[in-house]
Amino acid sequence: MANHSATHPAHVQHHFVDSDQQFESAKLGMWVFLVNEILFFGGLFCAYIVFRAWYPELFTQAALELNKLWGGVNTIVLIGSSLTVAMAIRSAQKNQTKGLRINLLITIALACVFMVIKYFEYEHKLHLGIAPGSFWNPTPEILHELSDPRANIFFGIYYMMTGVHGLHVLVGIGLMIWLYIRAGKGHFNSEYYTPVEITGLYWHLVDLIWIFLFPLLYLIE
Amino acid sequence: MAVAETKNLTTLQVKRFKPSDNPTNTYLTDEKGLWAWMTTVDHKKIGLMYLGAVAFFFALAGFLALALRTELWTPAKTFIEADTYNQLFTLHGAMMVFFVLVPSIPAALGNFVLPMQLGAKDVAFPRLNLASFYIYVFGAIFTFISLANNGFDTGWTFYTPYSSDANSAGVIWVTLGVFILGFSSILTGTNFITTIHKLRAPGITWGRLPLNIWALYATSIIQVLATPVLAITILLLSMENIMDIGIFDPALGGDPVLYQHFFWFYSHPAVYIMIVPGFGIISEVITTFSKKHIFGYWAIALSSLAIAFIGFLVWGHHMFTSGQSSVATTVFSFLTFLVGIPTGIKILNWVATLYKGSIDMKTPMLYVFVFLFLFTIGGFTGITLGALSVDIHLHDTYYVVAHFHYVMMGGTLMALLAGLHYWWPKMTGKMYNETLGRISAVLIFIGFNTTFLPQFVMGAQGMPRRYYNYIDQFTIFHQTSTIGSYILGVAFLIILYNLMKSLINGEKAPANPWNSRGLEWQATSPPDFHNFDHTPVIIHGPYDYHQPMEEFQLGLAVSHNGHGDHHEVTTDETEKA
Repeated sequence: MANHSATHPAHVQHHFVDSDQQFESAKLGMWVFLVNEILFFGGLFCAYIVFRAWYPELFTQAALELNKLWGGVNTIVLIGSSLTVAMAIRSAQKNQTKGLRINLLITIALACVFMVIKYFEYEHKLHLGIAPGSFWNPTPEILHELSDPRANIFFGIYYMMTGVHGLHVLVGIGLMIWLYIRAGKGHFNSEYYTPVEITGLYWHLVDLIWIFLFPLLYLIE
Repeated sequence: MAVAETKNLTTLQVKRFKPSDNPTNTYLTDEKGLWAWMTTVDHKKIGLMYLGAVAFFFALAGFLALALRTELWTPAKTFIEADTYNQLFTLHGAMMVFFVLVPSIPAALGNFVLPMQLGAKDVAFPRLNLASFYIYVFGAIFTFISLANNGFDTGWTFYTPYSSDANSAGVIWVTLGVFILGFSSILTGTNFITTIHKLRAPGITWGRLPLNIWALYATSIIQVLATPVLAITILLLSMENIMDIGIFDPALGGDPVLYQHFFWFYSHPAVYIMIVPGFGIISEVITTFSKKHIFGYWAIALSSLAIAFIGFLVWGHHMFTSGQSSVATTVFSFLTFLVGIPTGIKILNWVATLYKGSIDMKTPMLYVFVFLFLFTIGGFTGITLGALSVDIHLHDTYYVVAHFHYVMMGGTLMALLAGLHYWWPKMTGKMYNETLGRISAVLIFIGFNTTFLPQFVMGAQGMPRRYYNYIDQFTIFHQTSTIGSYILGVAFLIILYNLMKSLINGEKAPANPWNSRGLEWQATSPPDFHNFDHTPVIIHGPYDYHQPMEEFQLGLAVSHNGHGDHHEVTTDETEKA
C-alpha cells in the first residue's frame, strides 16, 4: 500500500490522500445515499401498511387484478441482473474490460426487459380502466369483481410504488450506459473501478425494493 | 504491510507551522472573476455563496415579518387585505424554514468550517457540494415564484384537505420547489457524513473532534433520514392534488391525519436540523472566549446524537388536537419531555464551562449569552407545550408562535450570528468594529424580547395564531410586539453595515485573533486555497487551553503532494514523533 500511494495516480482527486481513501469515501457516500432511498420508499411502505390494516379485504380483492406470472418473471429478471452487475464488478477488479462490458450490456438488457414487461402490465390495466385517481374508469366486468368503492386507493398506492421504482430502474439503465461507454474508453481497471462498484450498490437496492414490492402487491392471499 | 506502516509512523517527522499573519496567496486571490466563483468546487467559496443567498432570503423574509407586524398594529385592517395577510405569513414561514433556517448553519458556515476543522483540503465530494448549492438556489427561486404567483395561503405546513383541494392554487408548484430544496439538503448531509468519517487529518480521533463537528454529524444524520420522507410525502400530496389518488382525501377513503403524521415525521426532526448545528457553534465560541476546556466533552457530543435520535420519536406532539388516539398522545407527550434531557445537559455544561474561565465579552460571546437566555426560555416553554392538558389550551395560539421564535430565532439565528462574528475574520481576513458589534447584540436582545415576550402573554390569554383581526384587549401586546420588531430590524441593519464596512476598510485580521486552539485558526486568515500549506497533525483536543499554542501548529514535515502517506496516525505514535 505504501508504495503506490506515494505517487498520486491520475484518477485520484486533489483533496484525497490516496486511491483507497477516495474509494472508501465514494462507497460510504453511496451507502448513505441508499439509506436515503430506503427512507424515501419507507413513506410509501408506511402508507401501504396503514391502508392495508384499514381495508384488508380491499387489498386481497384488488391484488387479484395483478398478474402474478409476469410479476414473477420480472422478479427473476431483476435478480438475474443483480448477478450480472456483481459479475461486472468482478471483471473490473480483474482488469477484464471485455467481461466488464459484456456484463454491463446483459444488465442493461435485463433492466430493459423488466421495463418492457412493466409497460405491458400498465397498458393492460389502463385498457381495463384501472387507472390511478381521477382517471379511474373500470369496465363493467372489473367493477363487478372490484365492488369496493375504495379500490382506487389500492391502485393509487400500486402506481406510486411501481412508478417510483420504475423511475429508479430507468436511472439505473442510464448510469450503466454511461459506465459502458467509459469502460469502452478503458477508464476502469483493478486500481480504479469506483463508479462500477457504487452503481452496482445502487442497482442491488433497486432490485431489493422490487423483491419487497412483488409479494406485497401481487401475492396477497 | 501494517507492521511496516506502524514502523514508518513512529519515525514520522513533525514540524511546527506557525500561520503567517500576512498571507500572500489566499483562496480569495487564487482564482478571480465571476466565472471562477460560479464554477468553483472550493468548499470555502461555496460556503460564502450559500451565506450570501441565505442572507438575501433572510432579509426578504424579514421584511415580510415587519409588514405582518405593521398590519397587526390595529385590531382591524391597518394597511393590507386579509387574503394578502394570509399569503404573506405563508411566504414568511415557508421562506424562513426552507430557505433560511435549514441551510443556514450547515450549508453556509458548516461548509466553510467543517473541512478546516478536520484538517482536510475539501469535503469528500466537492462537485456534489457545488451541485447542492445550485439546486438550493434553483429550488428557492422556483418555490418563491410559485408562492408569490399563486396567492398560496395554506401556511408552511400545507395541511390536507385544504392543500389537496383543487381550489388551493399552486400546491403542485410550491411542493415541487420544496422537493428540489430537499435534494440540496440531502446532498449536504451525505457529503458531511462521508467527510467526517473519511477525511480527518492525522491524529483527529473521534475523541478529538471539535464539538461543532459532532453537531454537524448529528445534523447530517437527521437530514439523511428525515428529508426523503418529506420528499415522498409531498410527492403523494402532489399526486393527490393532480389526480385524487385518495390517500389523504377523506372523501375518497383517505386520511388527512396520515398527511400530518408524514409531514411531522420530517418537520419535527427538521427543527433539530435547524438548532443542533447552532449547538456546535455555541460550544466552539464559549470555549474560545472562556479560554478553558469544555466541561463535559462527551456529554455534549453524545447529547447531540441523543437529540437526533429522540427527535425522530416525538412528531405526534404537533397533533394533540388532531384526533390521534389518546394512547399515542400520552406516549408522544412523554417522549417530548425526554428531549429536554440532552438539551438541558448541553445548557448546564456550557454554563459550567464558564465557571472560573477567563471570560472575554467579545461580540460572538455576547451572542452566546443572548442564545443561552433566549434558548432556555424557548426550551422550557416547549416542555410546557408538550404537556397534554396545557397544550389543548395553548394549541395554535400566539404562545406557540412565541415558543418557536424563541428556539428558532433566539436559538438558531443567535448561534448563527455568534458563528458569523466568530469566523468572519477567518472567512474574510478583516476585523469588524467591535463596539458596533456589541451594540447590535444588545439591541437584538432588547428587540427580540420586546417582540416575543408579549406573545407568550397574549397566547396564554387566548389570542390564536395566524389571525388577521383581534379583539381590543390584545392591542397593547400586539403594539409592543410590533415596536420590538422594528428594533430588531434596526439591529440587523447595524450588523449588515458593520460587516460590509469591515470588507471595505476593516482592519486586517491576524491568523488567530481570538487565540483559539481550534484547528481552523491554525491556518492563515483568509486561508490558503488548500486550507493549509501542510498536512496538519493533531496531538491535543481542540479545547486543550492548558497546552501551549505551538503544539497546535504541527504538521507533517515531509509532504507528499500536500499530504503524507499515512493519514491514520494513532495518538501515542504521533506523540513519540
